[in-house]
Amino acid sequence: MSSTRSQENRRQALAGWFFVSPALLGLIIFLVVPIVLALYVSFTNWDGLSNPLGGDVKWVGLHNYQQLLTHDGLTRTTFAGALRNNFWFVLFVVPAQTALALWLAVLVNNKFLKGRSFFRTAFYFPSITSSIAITLVFLFLFQGGGAVNGILSWFGIHGPNWLADSRGVIHVWLSGVGITKPPGWTQHTVMGQSLWDWFSGPSIAMMVIIFLVIWTTSGTFMLMFLAALQNVNEDLYEAGELDGAGPWQRFRYVTLPSLRPTLLLVLTLGLIGTWQVFDQIYLTGNNPATRTPAYMSFDQSFQNNHFGVGSAIAFLLFALIMVLTLLQRRILPEEID
Amino acid sequence: MAAVRERRSPSRRVLVYGALIVFALLFLGPFVIQIATSFKTDPDATNHPLNIVPHPATLESWKRIFGYSSDQPVPFGTWLRNSIIVATCITLLRVFLDSLAGYALARLRFPGRRGVFMLILGTLAVPNVVLLIPRFLVLKELNLYNSYAGMILPISIDAAGIFLMRGFFMQIPLAIEEAARIDGAGALRTYWDIALPLVKPGLVTLTILSFQGSWNEFSFFLVATSDPKYDTLTTGLAKFSGGSLGAGNQFPVTLGAALLSTIPVAILFFIFQRQIVRSQMSSGVKG
Repeated sequence: MSSTRSQENRRQALAGWFFVSPALLGLIIFLVVPIVLALYVSFTNWDGLSNPLGGDVKWVGLHNYQQLLTHDGLTRTTFAGALRNNFWFVLFVVPAQTALALWLAVLVNNKFLKGRSFFRTAFYFPSITSSIAITLVFLFLFQGGGAVNGILSWFGIHGPNWLADSRGVIHVWLSGVGITKPPGWTQHTVMGQSLWDWFSGPSIAMMVIIFLVIWTTSGTFMLMFLAALQNVNEDLYEAGELDGAGPWQRFRYVTLPSLRPTLLLVLTLGLIGTWQVFDQIYLTGNNPATRTPAYMSFDQSFQNNHFGVGSAIAFLLFALIMVLTLLQRRILPEEID
Repeated sequence: MAAVRERRSPSRRVLVYGALIVFALLFLGPFVIQIATSFKTDPDATNHPLNIVPHPATLESWKRIFGYSSDQPVPFGTWLRNSIIVATCITLLRVFLDSLAGYALARLRFPGRRGVFMLILGTLAVPNVVLLIPRFLVLKELNLYNSYAGMILPISIDAAGIFLMRGFFMQIPLAIEEAARIDGAGALRTYWDIALPLVKPGLVTLTILSFQGSWNEFSFFLVATSDPKYDTLTTGLAKFSGGSLGAGNQFPVTLGAALLSTIPVAILFFIFQRQIVRSQMSSGVKG
């Protein structure tokens, strides 16, 4: 009996390794090893042409990272601009897509609603299309004389020349209230950019990508909220109603607390995704008003052959995403049940 | 009582329906404009972008897409073929390898299982965009740059898919496999004949997600190839509209090609809508 058991254990151990080894090898060859290799490249001046492990490649230590963060120069100014663009992008997209997704989910979840699956499908459909195909549609809609400005003109609004407009929306708003010159204290510079520039808000060109990403992602997040809503205990609503709670109070004190885990997930996924925005930016061309760190990493490496700098950007981005995710988990701790 | 009356109030219903209809228009409108634009002439598209009815209606861009035009043709056929080849291979490999690994992690006891589990879990934390340069590096080192194998292999295993399949396998009652094992079936037989047929919904879900993901993949193909011979619908379209082929303002043809590239995934979506929605919803609950 015991001999058959140990035989069975050995067979299972063998089978186990046999089953996982293709996937494991794949992940090691195409993920783990390349990341280590790229980390090495970020400390070198590799040009993308020679063998990265060969003799022509020079170890430059922290030089690439210093170029990006501490050395005054074009690289740092460009990187700071990309960080600023992406920061405003995240600040606008994450709250908006989360709120819109939640709001749509609550609407679609209404008991009396007929045609629920139609609306669910309509809102989810943009999420499954290719980012390239849908960005091309948006580039067309947001032409200077395009559909969006056509609709705005019905309301007497003269729309901007969206994609060609590099002005920051906060600067535009400030000039609307009469502040056109940067006040003295904003002349202070951080990473080669003045505070005035840091607080520009997203460029009008970036607003197009912001609308696009909110539009394509809220459907997915709506489905997650819908699933969570369907798990909310009905009795709680009835108890709330008996206590005379209005719809807003029921939402605030019954719905929202039970959605906490989903809310955390949606915010985390949103934060991780928005710091990686690339495809849409690629299609807007190499434009300083929309350039993000992810795009700059690609541009430095594949268009300018500065793979060292490009890799360094990728790892800084990696670190940033990790820190923000951990920070968010701290601030919004998951409910323990 | 007030609350009950309020829930039934017709004005609230009108508001909810109104909001939903406005948003449905916002979410579907761009696709309607896209379809209409593909039947327009260039000047009509530029001058009347909001008109749903093309005036004059023309098939010119569709002729260019399918190569029946004297104008410079769009290499749409090449892109389509490459997308089909690459997406099909990636999907098949992912479904097979992910389910194998998922089964082992769910059911087989082997030394080092915990370590393997943690390693696969760890790879989930790496943001995709960080992988562009690493993957380019390894393709160069392995001489796979500008090849189908290079486009397929690096993204043929995904940790998320392994965990998806593991979850499905863990839901099978243990007794069913025990019975097979007592009958003398080996692990491979048990996996193939007993376990796999029981996780069909999981396989369907993984197939759809993998196909959609690889069909829509852009950034990885952009760094894995430079030869136009290997352009897919995404990289081909992006380079085309980027002006390398001089398509600056030719929106009818660009939007037509973009529309065609969306159709296969859209069909899949409508056939398997339930499954997709359910898997998406459950991913939210589990998280």
